[in-house]
Amino acid sequence: MSQTETEIHAPSTTQAPKTHELKPEPSQLGFMRPDHSKSVIMDWLTTVDHKKIGIMYGAIALFFLLVGGVEALIIRTQLAIPENDLISAQRYNQLFTMHGTTMIFLAIMPLNAAFFNFLVPLQIGARDVAFPRINSFSLWAFVAGAIVINFGWVLQALQVMGLFEASGPTAGMTDLAPAMGWFGYAPLTGTNFTGAGTDFWIMGLQILGIASLSAAMNFVVTIVNMRAPGMKMMRMPVFTWMTLVVSLLIVFAFPAITIALGQLMFDRCFGTNFFVVAGGGQPILWQHLFWIFGHPEVYILVLPAMGIISEILPVFSKKPLFGYSIVVFSGAVIGFLGFAVWSHHMFTTGLGKVATAAFSLLTMAIAVPTGVKIFNWIGTLWGGRVRFSAPMIFSLGFVWMFMMGGFSGIMHSSAPADAQQQDSYFVIAHFHYVAIGGIFLAVVAGIYFWLPKMIGKMWKGNLSTWVAIFSTVGLNVTFFPMHFLGLLGMPRRTHTYLEGFGWETYNLVCTIGAYILAFGIFLLVVDIIRCFRKGEPAGNDPWDARTLEWATSSPPKVYNFAKTPIIPARDALWEDKYGPENRKVTYEDDHGHGIHMPSQSWMPFIAALGFIPVGLGMSLMQAGVPYMGYVAIFGLLVLGFGIALWAIEGPGGYHMHPEVDAA
Amino acid sequence: MSETELQGDGHSSLVINNKKLLMWLFLGSDCMFFGTLISTHLIYRKLYPESYDPLLVFDLELTSFSTFILLMSSFLMALAVSAMHKGELKSFRRNTIGVIFFGLIFLACQVYEFAHFTNEGLTLSTNTFGSTFYMMTGTHGVHVAIGVFWLICLYFYSYTGKMDAHESAVDVEVAGLYWHFVDIVWIIIFTAVYLIEYIPGLH
Ligand code: HEM
Ligand SMILES: [Cu+2]
Repeated sequence: MSQTETEIHAPSTTQAPKTHELKPEPSQLGFMRPDHSKSVIMDWLTTVDHKKIGIMYGAIALFFLLVGGVEALIIRTQLAIPENDLISAQRYNQLFTMHGTTMIFLAIMPLNAAFFNFLVPLQIGARDVAFPRINSFSLWAFVAGAIVINFGWVLQALQVMGLFEASGPTAGMTDLAPAMGWFGYAPLTGTNFTGAGTDFWIMGLQILGIASLSAAMNFVVTIVNMRAPGMKMMRMPVFTWMTLVVSLLIVFAFPAITIALGQLMFDRCFGTNFFVVAGGGQPILWQHLFWIFGHPEVYILVLPAMGIISEILPVFSKKPLFGYSIVVFSGAVIGFLGFAVWSHHMFTTGLGKVATAAFSLLTMAIAVPTGVKIFNWIGTLWGGRVRFSAPMIFSLGFVWMFMMGGFSGIMHSSAPADAQQQDSYFVIAHFHYVAIGGIFLAVVAGIYFWLPKMIGKMWKGNLSTWVAIFSTVGLNVTFFPMHFLGLLGMPRRTHTYLEGFGWETYNLVCTIGAYILAFGIFLLVVDIIRCFRKGEPAGNDPWDARTLEWATSSPPKVYNFAKTPIIPARDALWEDKYGPENRKVTYEDDHGHGIHMPSQSWMPFIAALGFIPVGLGMSLMQAGVPYMGYVAIFGLLVLGFGIALWAIEGPGGYHMHPEVDAA
Repeated sequence: MSETELQGDGHSSLVINNKKLLMWLFLGSDCMFFGTLISTHLIYRKLYPESYDPLLVFDLELTSFSTFILLMSSFLMALAVSAMHKGELKSFRRNTIGVIFFGLIFLACQVYEFAHFTNEGLTLSTNTFGSTFYMMTGTHGVHVAIGVFWLICLYFYSYTGKMDAHESAVDVEVAGLYWHFVDIVWIIIFTAVYLIEYIPGLH
């Protein structure tokens, strides 16, 4: 990589005054910036390149997808037969808590972030995101949060081996991994009910929230400001549109959980009364704050998936997306309405008739724009020349499976029906259809579609068909019976059940299905590894696609586009290939000025690293480990130090002259 | 050179400077932060009207004074921004020092207030009023402290000779946006948390 860059550079010294020889240039601090051409590890740790950051998000997220998957398999194995005692009730609580938390915050959100990062600047014809160093900070803060949240397992293992005993504020508590559900309902989160696991969860989520917020603001600025000339808002690919909507959702929804987590932390560490019943605290307040965040969060998860599908269906139907502006608009409406339905998670708490009716109606209303999208996707297929390539197979799976999840969603939008379904396996069935049948299938479709662009290699063979068969069959065998289980009254979050309720067969079937699904995911991993090792060069545009990212090389060069493209129409590449003469993509002349590239930096990495001692210090302090308060303060200092140096060093930047490349 | 120079490469869609837009987004998010804190306070206040009488500890003169000081600091901040736009470094420094000084007075009042309240027996864990009050005003105080620190940095930076009426004016403007916002939030808190308690017969 670095070699080609130097090649690109060498001849250009004559024509540009501000030449950069890819040697690290000094920062305003007087230090040298990281010399990324020397070591691969240093290159990746200090990178500000949105493509590398995206790939790292993706790799880490896939790892956590497997971790969450193993947790789920243990849960399902425990439930396979009645009165099973494979794991204790406490371990079961920890597993379902960490399964949910891991899947939502450490698998799906970063998988979405991987696509945002890799694709958005390419789709809008930009060099990079608006703030490349903040982007790197978001990635490493995410990693720090993931470590903090999972550290509870380490402590729990030490405790099981008899090497650790909680003392201090949570003395006697044995939950050292989170054990109160991904929604952390009060008063379960009080120090008299759960141990340090809750603190790891609070600190970890808080750090992940900072990562998400900084990334989201960065992407809004990128999409609003960094578009190439001619890339009007209504010419943007739908995926970019959905990224914009999701980023705004994050900006406005995350503060609710940040404050709620802060209040909870104060309750646990400093004796406040926000959720402590004895002190007048109201547990219901937590539910409101959590779901004001929580419902927008489910759309934060699913809208990018809808964006992916809206990109893939047109390519493999050889037709433009049916009703582009309506798809965009309904995406925005979903995002907006998403803030007004949170109490449908609280129908059974006694909100009062008026509130219940209002939230019920609003929840039904939100299904309308969702339905509109589904009709638009079907309209895209209608009369198209459909190719059943791997991305298409998964996308079609998405449309169908997501619809099933939507149907059960509408069922519990009706408050009386929900009174039966609430807290039963019916809800589990609902959100796994939208999460696995929806988001997971869409993400896999996205991986099959864009991985050739990311690594420049094309898939080999037809393993993808088997991935599709096993994961779709597995998902249906696992989750369809859960509808019946729920209606038969089986409650969520119980670690075992008695014989004689008619639940045995269904549960066994669910467990078998879970293993089928797991095998599908295993095949996916195998296929990805095969693509890396054996894939043949993909070429720029292996799918005959429509949007701008396919106009660059695969993998794209650091600078994305040698010259800034000028966008004449929606579906820019398609028009360029097949459209009339006046709709071809043209390129701006840079007058020998070259491309301005941002410099790499250690500072975002160092600053984000500071979160680890902060999170671990605060949590271990709660478990009575000595001196941990100082560790937390040390972490804060590292964070502050990193940010200060970051501000002083200046963004730097250098110029490249890629036109030599073409010659 | 700055991070924003990335857009110098011929992008035409620029409407508002990157840094300013980022700050606006942060402020939008921050609205939600304070919205959550203030509503928590008001909800508990309404739920337990009799549990605590804030008039036992509130000192309207002191808080009005500190509110006035913060308002005036916003005025000086506006002057500092406009000075920077004209490239008048001297006037920028004079006004910035004023903002910093007023910000510190505000913080001192808050520290005094907290100490006084604690002496009167109101702590974080006394009741829900203590919890919500300290957390909300404390978060605001942290915002002011960060703002003061930021302005001190800008003040010293102005002596390095690297400040110009162009790029640095944007930096100062962004700091100004933040400062005005923090000021507005205080006015809301002052109204919804302090003044409201003086309406007779409200509780
Ligand atoms: C047609 C659109 C949808 C409607 C009308 C809908 C409605 C609902 C309702 C009423 C509940 C509460 C059920 C209960 O606890 O009794 C619920 C739960 C849930 N929904 Fe949806 N939903 C929709 C789409 C989605 C999507 C797209 C996702 C996410 C990706 C999602 C994820 C969830 C999750 C995770 C829960 C369970 C939360 C928990 O209790 O742990 N839903 N949904
Ligand atoms: Cu919901």
